Amino acid sequence: MYVAVKGGARAIANAHQWLCEMRRGDTLFDALSLDQIREQLALSVARVMAEGSLYDPDLAALAIKQARGDLIEAIFLIRAYRTTLPRFGYALPVDTSSMRCVRRISATFKDIPGGQILGPTFDYTHRLLDFKLAANGEVDAASKAEALSENVPHILELLNRDGLIQEEELTDAEPVDLTREPLALPASRAVRLQALARGDEGFLLGLGYSTQRGYARNHAFVGELRIGMIAVEMMIPELGFAIEIGEVEVTECETVNQFQGSKTEPPQFTRGYGLTFGQQERKTIAMALVDRALRWRELGEDDLGAAAQDEEFVLSHCDNIQATGFVEHIKLPHYVDFQSELELVRQMRREAAALAEAAAE
Amino acid sequence: MTEQITTPSANDTNDAPKHNLEAHNFDATDSYNFAYLDEQTKRMIRRVLLKALAIPGYQVPFASREMPMPYGWGTGGVQVTAACLTPDDCVKVIDQGADDTTNALSIRSFFASTAGVRTTEATDKASLIQTRHRIPEIELTEGQLLVYQVPIPEPLRFLEPRETETRKMHALSEYGLMHVKLYEDISQHGHIATAYAYPVNVEGHYVMDPSPIPKFDNPKMNNCAAIQLFGAGREQRIYAIPPYCHVKSLDFEDYPFDRLRAPGACALCGADDSYLDEVIMDDEGTRMYVCSDTDFCSTRREQGHVGDQSGLFDSEEG
Repeated sequence: MYVAVKGGARAIANAHQWLCEMRRGDTLFDALSLDQIREQLALSVARVMAEGSLYDPDLAALAIKQARGDLIEAIFLIRAYRTTLPRFGYALPVDTSSMRCVRRISATFKDIPGGQILGPTFDYTHRLLDFKLAANGEVDAASKAEALSENVPHILELLNRDGLIQEEELTDAEPVDLTREPLALPASRAVRLQALARGDEGFLLGLGYSTQRGYARNHAFVGELRIGMIAVEMMIPELGFAIEIGEVEVTECETVNQFQGSKTEPPQFTRGYGLTFGQQERKTIAMALVDRALRWRELGEDDLGAAAQDEEFVLSHCDNIQATGFVEHIKLPHYVDFQSELELVRQMRREAAALAEAAAE
Repeated sequence: MTEQITTPSANDTNDAPKHNLEAHNFDATDSYNFAYLDEQTKRMIRRVLLKALAIPGYQVPFASREMPMPYGWGTGGVQVTAACLTPDDCVKVIDQGADDTTNALSIRSFFASTAGVRTTEATDKASLIQTRHRIPEIELTEGQLLVYQVPIPEPLRFLEPRETETRKMHALSEYGLMHVKLYEDISQHGHIATAYAYPVNVEGHYVMDPSPIPKFDNPKMNNCAAIQLFGAGREQRIYAIPPYCHVKSLDFEDYPFDRLRAPGACALCGADDSYLDEVIMDDEGTRMYVCSDTDFCSTRREQGHVGDQSGLFDSEEG
C-alpha cells in the first residue's frame, strides 16, 4: 500500500487522459464545435464571460467545451487565462444610455418613452418541454421591428427630475482595479460592484432572495432592465482622443427602492445597481438587490445583522473560483494534520480513562 | 534543460500567450514568461516579500493573481516561488512531507515546465523548497528558501471572523482572546487542544499562523538559518520570517509547549525522532508507522539504517 503512492505521476497522467476521453464522449456522435456552443449555448457563454471577467465569446465557448459544460470550471479556465494577458490600459466608462437595446423593460411605469421592449426572453413562455427541439426542428425567423433611436434615456432619470430619487454622486476618481489590488475593507461602492459583477450568480441569487424574505428587506421594484450592445472606447494618448475599440453585450438593472428618509434626508427613492456582460437578467437583478442592501451605512439605515448587509461577508464569499478552490481543497491529503489530531485525541482519551479508573477505585 | 529557459526582458509584460484556438499542445516555456508570472507581477510580489521580511510575522496584503491551479491548492506558495525563482535554482516540492504526493508532483512539474529549473527530492540539494503542511526533518541551511502554502493566514480567524477586527488586534498586540482560548483548552481538556497550525509569536510581537504544520515542526521555525516565506493566495496575504528569528510557540509557564508525534520508530528506516505517518495495512486495522519526510527516510535507508519492516518493502520496490 505504501509503495502504491509512488505511482503518482503515472496516475495523474492516466487520469487526465481518461478525462479527455470522457470529455469527447461517444465518438459515434459529432464533436461540439465552438460555433455551436457560442451560438446555441449563448447564456452559458454569457455567464462564463461575466464571472470570468473576460469578454470573448470564442474563448468562453472553448472553456465550456474543455470543462465538459461545468460552468464554474469554465470560468476558472477563463480567469486563469485572463491573468496572463497584458494590460494595455483602461477603457472609458461606458454610457449605457447609448445602448442598442434588444430588451428594455420597466416594472414601475406602464409605458415609457421609447416603449417597453420584451426582446428575446423566457418570460411568459410556458415551461413545457418542446419535443420539436429533440427532433431538431428548425424555427421560423422572428419578425422584425424598427430599431430604437440612438439614445435611450434611463427611466429612473425621469424620477430624478422631480428629486424623487436619490442622486448618485458623480466622481472622476479612478476606481480600484480589484484584479490588481488586494481587497481592502471597508470597500468603496465601486469596488463592491466590481466584486459583485464577477461574483457567483447562485450566491448573489440566494442573498438577493434573502433580502426579499425579510433579511434586510429593502422592497425593490425593477425600475429598468435593459440588454444590448454598447461601444467601448479607449483614450489613446498618442492620438489625444478616444476611439471605439469594440462593442460588448451587457445587461443593466436599476432597482427603485423605498427609503423612509433619515435624520438628514427627506423620504425619497433609492437605487440598487447591477451590470454584467452578456444576457444575464437573474444575476443582474440579484446584484442590484445586494448592492442596495450593502448601502445601509451611507443611507443611514440600521444594521439589521442580515447577511446581505454585511460587506465583509458578501465580498469575502461571492467569488466562486475562490470558494470552489477552498471548498474542494479538503480532498487533498491532510494526513499529517490528521495524525497530529489523532495523537492528541488518543492522549486525551488515555488520560480521561485513567481519571475514570482512579475515580472508580 | 537550460536551453529551454526564456530570459526575462524589460517588456515581458507584453509577452502574452498566443491567442490561438488551434494550438492545444504548446510548450509552456514558449508560451509563458519564465516561471509563469509576468515580470510586473513578480516585482509586485518581491516588494511585498521585502516588506514582509522587514516586519517579521506581519501579514502583508498583496494582489494575488488567479493561477492555473485552484485556490486552496497552493496558489500563494506558487506565486511566492515564482517571484523568487532564478534559472539557477533547484526546486523541491513536498506535500505532507512527501515528494511524491499528487499535488506536490503537480506543482513540481509546473515549475519544471514553466521555468525549466532543475528539481530535486533531496532537501540539502534544493535552493528553494515549497511545502504544504511540513518542515523537512533535516536542519535547513543559509541560502535556502522555505516557501509555505497557507490556507488561512490569520491565527485569530477562528476567534474573530472579521478581518477588519483582527487587523486592529494585531496592530495593538491585543492577543488576550488567544490566551483565553488556550487557557480554556487546558481547563476543559487538560491540554492545549491544537495539534497543528499551532500559533507562534515572532520576535516578541506578531502572533502568526505557521500554516497547518503539525506542532511537532514548530520548534524548527525558531532560529532557522533559511528564509521562511508564507503565501496565502486566496486570502491575498504574504508574511515571512527572516533567518535566525526568535519564534516561540504560545504556551504558559505551568503548561509549556510540547511536541507531539506518534510514539515509536519508522518501520522502514528505524528513525525514532522523526514525524511519523500511520499507515493502515489491512482490514484488521494492522498499522505501521513510517517517516512523513520521504527524503529523510530514503536517505537514512541508503545509509544502511533499517526498521523492523524494511525487508518487506525493499523487495516490493526492487
